[in-house]
Amino acid sequence: MTTHHLRRLALAAVLAVIGLLATACVDSNSAAEIPPGTLRIAIVAPSASNDRSFTQSLVEGVKALGDRVQYVITNNASREEAAVTIRDYAKEGYDLIIAHGSQDGGSLQEIALDFPDVSFAWGTARDTFGLDNVYAYTAASEQGGFVLGTIAAQLTETGAAGVVGPIEVGDAKFFIDGFEAGVEFQNSAVDVNTVYIGSFSNYSRAVETTKALIAQGADILTSSAQIAVGAIGVARDEKVLWLGNQADQSSLAVDFVVASQVYRWEVILEEILDSIEGGVKGGRAFTITLENGGLEIVYNNAYDLPADVRTRAGEIASGIIDGSIDPSS
Amino acid sequence: MPVELAFDFVSNSAAADVLAARRGWSGFFTFTTLVVILSSTIRLAVPYIFAAIGESIAQRSGVLNLGVDGVMLLGAFAAYYVTLETGGPWQGLGAGLTVGMAMGVLYAFITVTLHATQDISGIGIYLFGLGFSDLLFRQLVGTPIPIERFEGVFEFIVPDERLDVPYPNLYNHSIIIYLAFLLVPLAWLTVSKTTFGLNIRAAGENPEAADSLGVSVVRTRYTTIIIGNALAGVGGAALVLDKGIYFQNITNGIGFIAVALVYFGAWRPLGVLAGSLLFSLVTSAVLEWRTLGILTGAAAQLTEMVPAVITVVALVIVTRRIGQPSALTQTFSREINY
Repeated sequence: MTTHHLRRLALAAVLAVIGLLATACVDSNSAAEIPPGTLRIAIVAPSASNDRSFTQSLVEGVKALGDRVQYVITNNASREEAAVTIRDYAKEGYDLIIAHGSQDGGSLQEIALDFPDVSFAWGTARDTFGLDNVYAYTAASEQGGFVLGTIAAQLTETGAAGVVGPIEVGDAKFFIDGFEAGVEFQNSAVDVNTVYIGSFSNYSRAVETTKALIAQGADILTSSAQIAVGAIGVARDEKVLWLGNQADQSSLAVDFVVASQVYRWEVILEEILDSIEGGVKGGRAFTITLENGGLEIVYNNAYDLPADVRTRAGEIASGIIDGSIDPSS
Repeated sequence: MPVELAFDFVSNSAAADVLAARRGWSGFFTFTTLVVILSSTIRLAVPYIFAAIGESIAQRSGVLNLGVDGVMLLGAFAAYYVTLETGGPWQGLGAGLTVGMAMGVLYAFITVTLHATQDISGIGIYLFGLGFSDLLFRQLVGTPIPIERFEGVFEFIVPDERLDVPYPNLYNHSIIIYLAFLLVPLAWLTVSKTTFGLNIRAAGENPEAADSLGVSVVRTRYTTIIIGNALAGVGGAALVLDKGIYFQNITNGIGFIAVALVYFGAWRPLGVLAGSLLFSLVTSAVLEWRTLGILTGAAAQLTEMVPAVITVVALVIVTRRIGQPSALTQTFSREINY
């Protein structure tokens, strides 16, 4: 075999790899035959369906809708990939296209104008851009954040809690603001050190920030968005307590996760689907709350939480629901 | 089940006041913060040390590999996946090493046997590593999941015991960190004091002369390339076994910085170590500024560039006075010479 042939062989190998890379990362429950009355939903998500946080919460919400929908999910879509995929799904005539991520708002606004007969939803956000075919959805995550903050204030032994924040936007910011307010409400002497790392997906920076927070004395931590998964691993190894958000994160550090605020998106997805079936394609914003059951504090049974702390958390949640406690104050 | 937590001291408002007072510049200039920065510096330097020492050995034999970052990514993914599946970081480390060696064989074949241009081939290796590691991750794992890490040497030596020593963070590192620092004198001894090291230097300075004296330039370069790539693979493995997680492009350019550190260190292991520690020190200090609230918002984002800028500046200053191996990037072929 000559050098020339070897070079061609190497080139062929590289091209084969490039071909493999073109494989799309799509999940779905779609069947060839669509039963009458079944709505077709397409989801474009910035992370994986099983990310234990942001995307998983929505995917579990869609799955909870059962046979009412057929869905397809494009995972791990960058902002550019998301824009192309949303437009493709719109051309394919889905009943509802969900852009899961506040970073996709700009693209969605442009695409929605081009497809006035298609319903779109995006979140976490409260702005429908004044368009009749765009729904917005968000979480009043400050509510659960507040409850978890009061738990943190009662469990810390060093008097310091740490927060690994992503970017100061959307439900992540609401959650962290609520957490800080909850700590202050329960025990103003407890210090909360919040560090926004400037990314939703830089797990490495989340890991290093978590280590730094622990080294500076924090003995109970929380986070929001996908980066939480990286931070939890550090909490587990450093034997520091963790409070989860968006999905139940107990399985990631079974001895150290105290509780998680879990999003139940199915609560508002049902409303959106009802609205679409009623002929309304958009123009409304929805919020999941403790009151409507879209937010829930899920406790980790493997962690022995003192009964008085849990009772207090229940009282705080009830206070938020009946309006006697304002988590945003 | 109740578990023992990391901190033993009792809750009180005074403790919180002390912690809150540590914020800002006053918090930065404390002994505790100094220890935290030094500890992080040592830990963060490890992937650079492995990758840059390996690359320096290859470059001493005349082979430049700009694909170090790609090999690190592949080594990182291999280590992550094997650790995830087996629960054993040692197995993960072995996987990173093996993948690095395999990439070494491939790169040696491309550059030494096929005489391909080294810089372009290296970029090809990088792009391959970047894309293929991401493809494998998406197909085999899908989402980042925390994995087991190496324990600190204290836990390794006396499991379930707490050693009562001051500032344990400063030296209770995982075994792989000690291995990285051990590699520095080992590399120096090999390159400077052995016959094999002499062959390496001869192949890098004047391969034709070395060949005429009976040194197999091809074999020497194959060996150094495989060693260099193996260490890049280990560097990637060390990265994920320190972070405990993997995600797309986790190296974020560490391999390219490692190549720069070879120039910074003037192709000498001690110089490479110094460069790695300097880069990590700056990275660690910037991280601490963010944690202490000294830098927030856009200013914090801007400081991400500081370590790289300092490296480039140092590179410009240092490499002006030190020459590289004379035959660096030059292909060697007996047929051409005879």
